[in-house]
Amino acid sequence: MSNHMNVSERHFEIRRATRASRVAVLVLLIVAVLVASFPYWAGRDTLRDFTQIAAYLVFAMMWNLLAGYGGMVSIGQQAYFGIGGYAMLILANYGGLSPFVAVPVAGAIAVLIAAPVSLVAFRLEGGYFAIGTWVIAEVFRLSIANLSWLGGGSGTSLTALQDVPRSLRESLTLWLALAIVVAAIGLLYVFLRSKRGLALTAMRDNAVAANSQGVDVKRARFGVYLVSSGGAALAGGLYFVSNLRISPDAAFSVNWTAFAIFIVMIGGLGTLEGPIIGTLIFFLLNKFLSDFGTWYLIGLGTLAIVVTMFFPQGLWGYVSRRFGLQLFPVGRRVVFLDSGSRVLSARKESADPQHAAH
Amino acid sequence: MSSIVNILLQGVLLGALYALFAMGQSLVFGVMRLTNTAHGDFIVLLVFVLFVLTNLAHMPLWAAVPMLIGIAFCAGYALQYTVLNRVSGRDPLPSLVVTFGLSIVIQNVLQEVFSADPRALATGGFESMSISLPGGIALGLLPILTLAVTVAATLGLQWLFGRTPLGRVFRATSDDREIVQLMGVSPRRTFALAMGIAFVLIALAATLYAMRTAVSPSDGPALLLYAFEAVIIGGMGSFWGTFLGGIALGVAQQIGFYIDPGWGICLGHVLFLALLTIRPQGLLPKTA
Repeated sequence: MSNHMNVSERHFEIRRATRASRVAVLVLLIVAVLVASFPYWAGRDTLRDFTQIAAYLVFAMMWNLLAGYGGMVSIGQQAYFGIGGYAMLILANYGGLSPFVAVPVAGAIAVLIAAPVSLVAFRLEGGYFAIGTWVIAEVFRLSIANLSWLGGGSGTSLTALQDVPRSLRESLTLWLALAIVVAAIGLLYVFLRSKRGLALTAMRDNAVAANSQGVDVKRARFGVYLVSSGGAALAGGLYFVSNLRISPDAAFSVNWTAFAIFIVMIGGLGTLEGPIIGTLIFFLLNKFLSDFGTWYLIGLGTLAIVVTMFFPQGLWGYVSRRFGLQLFPVGRRVVFLDSGSRVLSARKESADPQHAAH
Repeated sequence: MSSIVNILLQGVLLGALYALFAMGQSLVFGVMRLTNTAHGDFIVLLVFVLFVLTNLAHMPLWAAVPMLIGIAFCAGYALQYTVLNRVSGRDPLPSLVVTFGLSIVIQNVLQEVFSADPRALATGGFESMSISLPGGIALGLLPILTLAVTVAATLGLQWLFGRTPLGRVFRATSDDREIVQLMGVSPRRTFALAMGIAFVLIALAATLYAMRTAVSPSDGPALLLYAFEAVIIGGMGSFWGTFLGGIALGVAQQIGFYIDPGWGICLGHVLFLALLTIRPQGLLPKTA
């Protein structure tokens, strides 16, 4: 290494993209165009499947942002999933707003609710924070179950869409789902590549060290909590636009967070790729095995335990380390151009949150 | 007037059960900083083990309960030693995910084996016996027994932690597990013992809970939240604090039920969040 210490500045460059990442962006763009054209050739089951995948994916990405990057493990993100669903329904049924416009507005409302809620939730840390957020989600569930004008415990239907023809409704729902997914992946990718994203990645690896380097950890956590709550509400709003029926038990079910934990842990915590891969695996399992009911859930729970104990990197973490593959490279790679054919590179950040945490 | 006294008394008696739910959780929090999200499901699981002992193996209750306590201690010890010790580090995420996974597995296994129907334990009419106080207040014998067991458990834990060599090891391990290891104490075994004792407390809670009401496989998460709230309201690391926290939660729920049956549970949660905001250190925080 010593012959590299005196390398002058002109002899290296900083690379941010990899060949895999260029291919990945291209493939994702093609997939997005393909999905956008679904209404013209695919069956209605396909449209519905994609909308469901989108809701799971966005919700899991937001849980990953909160737990994987912010270090805040929550079992209460279903609070914002439900708030997104109910805010959308109230705006559409009683406010006369189009449900497709109401979904992003519901996301904004969730951010406004998350700000004061965080004052209570942030009193707790670590595992206590996890269960405390669950209590908060229960307060929302029980409160809405007591509101008779919203149908109480048995829930209510999205009547605002009853005059829209079915095929138009399904197409619009699909495009909304696609727009939310593209926005969520795109914005998170751009954000994580930015200076603030670097601060967040540093926080993921070691919050104390990041703080000592000048990262305002408290402020960053507050920001992450607001964004992930708003994103979770988008997923909830989208899910219930597609579902047309909402009840407190379905909207605020802890299973939403359980599925998000499963998706993120299987795919890979603290990576952008992880939730995408985890969602695809989860959806396939759900599609083919959910008829087994309790056995299916027993299997999911066992798989989550085994992966956490023996493969804490998740599937993507394993592949990424094994093959040096990064589809969404958010770091900066220093590539030395001197010393003939040998090209040494050093990654400026750890791709490995678990190792750095210990 | 007597209705207010009645609400308070019933609240205290309900709270004693919540405090008993919380004792095991408080011990586990205190010794190994482990957030066990399957705590409520362990209570429900032991209720069903008790059903198996009494209804399928036809054991009398006086023999089944000591047997349950023995099974619980071994199960807790083994669970901590083989599974939870691998994930109880500084990072809370692995232990949260593993216990949350266990929670889902326990709920669904119980549902598969016993169906989703609630089941009640036969106590030969004991659960409906009561003593009458002036003013038309009736106190059930079972809630009074629960209160007595909870007080005894609290005293026992205080004694164990304050006066015995094992308690000293627990406190030392809680303060710094690396240093304790240098003194020749195995944290793995200490943690396993703590979980074993926590499971004994869970077995007591499960027995009294099953006598009080019908239990279904999906009840666990609600019990977890009550136990957690009692621990946090009371202040971490103090068993009398946990006791008071359980009582406060029980009284709040009872007042809520009196106002409107739909709001009882919710009022308990709201009290918890309010106390968390104004007094985050809890009612009786341990002064280190």
